[in-house]
Amino acid sequence: MEKVFGRPKGLTEVPFSFCPGCTHGIIMRLIGEVLEELDIIEDTIGVSPVGCAGFSQDFFTCDFVGGPHGRAQAIGTGIKRALPDKIVFTYQGDGDIAGIGTQHAIHTAARGERITSIMVNNAIYGMTGGQMAPTTLAGMKTSTSPHGRDLVINGHPIDLPKTIATLDGAVYVASVSADSPKNIIQAKKAIKKAFQVQQAGLGFSFVSVLSTCPTNWGLSPQDSLQWLRDNMMPVYKLGELKVTEEVKNL
Amino acid sequence: MSKRVLMKGNEVIGQAAIEAGCKLFFGYPITPSTEIIEYLSKYLPKAGGTVLQAEDEIGAINMCYGAACTGTRVMTASSSPGMSLKQEGISYCAAAELPVVLVNVNRTGPGLGGLGPAQSDYFQSTKGGGHGDYRLIVLAPSKSQELYDMTLEAFDLAEKYRNPVLLLTDGFLGQMMEPVELKEKPASPEVDKSWIVDGAKGRKKRIIASYSLTNEIGEANNLRWEAKYKDIKEKEQRWEEFYAEDADYLIVSYGTTGRISKSVVLNARKKGIKLGLIRPISLWPFPEKAFIPYKDKVKGIVTVELNTGQMIEDVKLAVECKVPVHLYRRQGGMLPTEDEILANVEKVFNLASEEV
Amino acid sequence: MMDKIVLAGFGGQGVMFMGKIFAVSGMVSDLEVCWIPSYGPEMRGGTANCFVLLSDEEIHSPVIDKADGGIVLNQPSYDKFLDRIKTGGVLVVNTSIVELNETRDDITIIKVQAIEAANELGNPTIANMVCLGALLPHLKLTDYNKVEKAIQEVVGAKRPELLEINLAAIKKGIEITN
Repeated sequence: MEKVFGRPKGLTEVPFSFCPGCTHGIIMRLIGEVLEELDIIEDTIGVSPVGCAGFSQDFFTCDFVGGPHGRAQAIGTGIKRALPDKIVFTYQGDGDIAGIGTQHAIHTAARGERITSIMVNNAIYGMTGGQMAPTTLAGMKTSTSPHGRDLVINGHPIDLPKTIATLDGAVYVASVSADSPKNIIQAKKAIKKAFQVQQAGLGFSFVSVLSTCPTNWGLSPQDSLQWLRDNMMPVYKLGELKVTEEVKNL
Repeated sequence: MSKRVLMKGNEVIGQAAIEAGCKLFFGYPITPSTEIIEYLSKYLPKAGGTVLQAEDEIGAINMCYGAACTGTRVMTASSSPGMSLKQEGISYCAAAELPVVLVNVNRTGPGLGGLGPAQSDYFQSTKGGGHGDYRLIVLAPSKSQELYDMTLEAFDLAEKYRNPVLLLTDGFLGQMMEPVELKEKPASPEVDKSWIVDGAKGRKKRIIASYSLTNEIGEANNLRWEAKYKDIKEKEQRWEEFYAEDADYLIVSYGTTGRISKSVVLNARKKGIKLGLIRPISLWPFPEKAFIPYKDKVKGIVTVELNTGQMIEDVKLAVECKVPVHLYRRQGGMLPTEDEILANVEKVFNLASEEV
Repeated sequence: MMDKIVLAGFGGQGVMFMGKIFAVSGMVSDLEVCWIPSYGPEMRGGTANCFVLLSDEEIHSPVIDKADGGIVLNQPSYDKFLDRIKTGGVLVVNTSIVELNETRDDITIIKVQAIEAANELGNPTIANMVCLGALLPHLKLTDYNKVEKAIQEVVGAKRPELLEINLAAIKKGIEITN
């Protein structure tokens, strides 16, 4: 009998360790499929951050490097400068890339570093147990904003892809979501394009993926998906935020 | 082929890095280390390498981390406040056992401090400046020729032990110009590169990271690193002795004050005072072995330092407190003159009467 | 044997250049050399200074407490370094713009109207070289021939047209001091 569905070659046999309903696994699977489809597993070095996304180093079949919280893009830069012919990607949570590592997010993009960054945005710090993130929405309750994020005290959430899109070195920026089959197909297209942009050496490519955290949101997996649609999508607008002419011609 | 040239200390480090086969330099400008990144920006590309000015020191050290993971020779350089920023990344480099070469052109502190020479980062350099229990191999040159030779050696040592190596110099050595012989580097020993990441082509994937999922794994890692540090401690202690053999009194001093102290020793000998010098060259491992022949013999020791007294602690441990150990120090960018050091040695040991 | 030299003046007066010439004069004659420039904020406007040590044996301490000889090209440098010349030493003073409000009688002070001398040679930018020439006969380890070689090495390659005028300025300085 023909096998019609299985693990992509880009993923190892290690079972995902994420909480039920978390969409990290979906996003990693998409990357695993893209690595296989582009036939770049053996040419790719991934960089993992600190946080739930940090587990990524065990789940992909390509080489991986893990470093300090927020520094994945600087590490990726070092790898890419040493091995310019290899594919380098970072897989980071929103707290990692939009909080403690913002300086690297801005400058990696400004330099047009030929790497790909995937940001998984669930508006919260998952690994440490549900603290406020730079992406936490106004009024959203977390363990460090127990009365809801107060904009006067904590300021506004950051829409990182929107910021990155303003930088000349970033040539492909997309904001996608892992909440529904339709959006997951869009997400995969964006991730694939981001890697193709790197293969073509055009500049920095960045994909932000809206994701759920049922455990720390205190919602069921189903309700989490609906909460994402109702609350995150109005703030973090989906779509290809930047596609340069060169990228269009790919 | 080697030639004798007049070069600024910082530039000597840059030239030596090129000669050592350094292919990537990541840094961020800070006085008094900036000539290193400037020199390499000019000359490293001609040698087939790349200099990238990072967004900050944190970026620079993590770029080094990434590049070192690929087995590429890589270096960063900074000065004290910048080294503080790098400490997180250095801790990770130590844990991931990456051969990164670091340079600290020590200026004064704490805080922004001043640009003058200092040895105030001795603790930070030798005791593990970042979190966790790790050690860097720390080399302390005292003249331009040593800046050159030790930079060359730093790359080999880093690869041999898979450990970051720190060249600890200061603003004076960095800015001063002295003749230096630009020797060709002998071929580096073959090293094992079966740990690097360069794409899992025809082999199993590799992961370079430092997270310990369980305490048991954590302890196993710590024991492995501890064993490596013990090995380094046994094999890599370096020092220079100067008129030490028959000395009644010893100065212990490294770097700039180490060389000033040689003049002090010569002046003392002219006055009939049997003064000698032990100049630590490796600050970690601290050259404890140097003190074995002297700790039951000399009447007293003075450490000469550009801080509130940091290395003196290691000297006291090395002599097992069998010898009185005093401190003479200047701070804030001031350098002691040979006369003031000798006057202090005479004073603390009450030597005026011993003069001939 | 050692010559410890201090050089100071406004940025732009050629203080570092003098230091370089002394240092290279040591290099070309296989002496040990240390050239210690000031750096950092000291370099941003105001007065620049540098120290040069020439020695026929290894230089251990490069720290100059009291210098054997010095050149000061402006007033702040004179005020600052008058005390840094050792007893019996020599200080060349650019009296075109420096007033000897304080003085010492245990050192030799050589007054050089350097700007006027340079103008007579047709180039006001070589006042520093006139002063360098004035100090030269008082140094133990370097001399006109070594300095000429140094100037050829430093200036000759890049600006050969400036070679002669620099050498003329140095000779003029030597005449003044003699």
